[in-house]
Amino acid sequence: MAIGSLLIANRGEIAVRIIRAARSLGIRTVQAHSAADADSLAVRMADEAVLIGPPPAAKSYLDIDAVMKAARATGVDAVHPGYGFLAENADFAEAVASAGLIFIGPDASAIRLLGDKVAARKVAREAGVPTVPGSAGRVAGIEEARALVEEIGFPVMIKAAAGGGGRGIRIVRDFAEFEKQFPQAASEAQAAFGDGGLYIEKVIENARHIEVQILGDGENVIHCFERECSLQRRRQKVWEEAPAFGLSAAVRSALTESAVALAKSVRYKGAGTVEYLYDPGTQAFYFIEVNTRIQVEHPVTEMITGIDLVSEMIRIAGGEPLSIPQDAVRISGHAIECRINAEDPAQNFMPSPGQVSGLKVPEGAGLRFDTMLYEGYWVPPFYDSLLGKMIAHGADRHDAIARMEAALKALAIGGIKTTVPLHLAIAANPDVAAGAVHTKYLEGWLADAPLNAAASQTETA
Amino acid sequence: MSKVEIKAPMPGVFYRKPAPDSPPFKADGEDVALGDVVGLIEVMKSFHEITAAVSGKSVRFLLDDAEAIMAGQVIAELEG
Repeated sequence: MAIGSLLIANRGEIAVRIIRAARSLGIRTVQAHSAADADSLAVRMADEAVLIGPPPAAKSYLDIDAVMKAARATGVDAVHPGYGFLAENADFAEAVASAGLIFIGPDASAIRLLGDKVAARKVAREAGVPTVPGSAGRVAGIEEARALVEEIGFPVMIKAAAGGGGRGIRIVRDFAEFEKQFPQAASEAQAAFGDGGLYIEKVIENARHIEVQILGDGENVIHCFERECSLQRRRQKVWEEAPAFGLSAAVRSALTESAVALAKSVRYKGAGTVEYLYDPGTQAFYFIEVNTRIQVEHPVTEMITGIDLVSEMIRIAGGEPLSIPQDAVRISGHAIECRINAEDPAQNFMPSPGQVSGLKVPEGAGLRFDTMLYEGYWVPPFYDSLLGKMIAHGADRHDAIARMEAALKALAIGGIKTTVPLHLAIAANPDVAAGAVHTKYLEGWLADAPLNAAASQTETA
Repeated sequence: MSKVEIKAPMPGVFYRKPAPDSPPFKADGEDVALGDVVGLIEVMKSFHEITAAVSGKSVRFLLDDAEAIMAGQVIAELEG
């Protein structure tokens, strides 16, 4: 069934992006919004808007009943969940389908399967995708752990099976440490979690984050090459690129083919991303997880391939087959995206909601600014701090960095603090230019407070 | 006895408890000392402790848990 109208169950810049894609396909748009977003750009742009609840997300954008009520009341054919909020909530996908509507994304069972860390690792292994070496589950005791470590090598993590969120993890680098730490970890896990069970996992040091964009229609799957997202702060991506830098043709093809194999094994339908850790020393890559949604950083892939990923996922959901064969997907040049957040990088990234008193957006060849901002807009304090994404496309990586730097200098957002000064500093960083970064690089560099001196020039538009 | 106020330093969502299943930082009627934590404000998904800039007796909160709040809005009143 072709989609004639769709509800956007999201907000911010991605809601605007979805409205643009829907409009290009001749689809009518209905924007679901909280009371805090009544003046948002997406509400202004959509053909219709519907209030779903008060400002806190738990009572609006995360409230499945409220969103479903809006979908039924407005008579839409489909629901686009965007990213975050309910995008990877299998119960929501199920609720949409049971109401006889189209969920723009994979079906609930695929979301559930790939959203379960252990199950997803199993799917990856069965599809021949390398996973981080380690124990398949709990180790029976120190003898089994020791044998495993002899096989995979140091450094290794000893993880409490009942831990989580970084708790109950010890990193050991040699057998002397291992013999001492393992029994301690077991008794500590027993005391802290009431469960002394331990896992062993190899530590991939100085790893980079590389991810492969996939599109599937339930029959065929293609990849749209990879993105490099190693510059992160508190596990949030800050600056993303496509393609990844310094990959050999052999590694690129093994990486992208592994993502396609995984997606094919579950007959994947929609846009998705397979995330990997990449060890530049050994050129090995290891599966992390699958994200069953459109990602924030999808524009860099669009810029280098010319594919409109959001339109493509809507068409697939409407029942169309993939419109692009694999051999028509090519990399042209290099693209970078900077996430512009309402945070003050000179004040430890303190959130900075408030009114946008002025807005000047640079225009030019290879530039794109995906945003929810307009002059006079009040950035509400209730949601994440992403204001927009500056995207620059160049002939090569060097050219893309230069264009990004010029674009950031010309971008002026008045009235609130933003992370533009952080991105200017990254653009001027020689390690970034050399590609000598990893997922812990940015935090280490920020610990030296390189931004306090530059703080005085923070946006005054 | 005069009345003193605790105001929100930033906008966001106000929480009276450190976690959904915890007791409140301060129950209505409790005394508050200078520097005591009286709540959390969630702004753009980051949480900030709200400490009392005044001390006083018998606190009375004007907001419920998980309510939206504006910068400068009065969170609670105390007997000064």
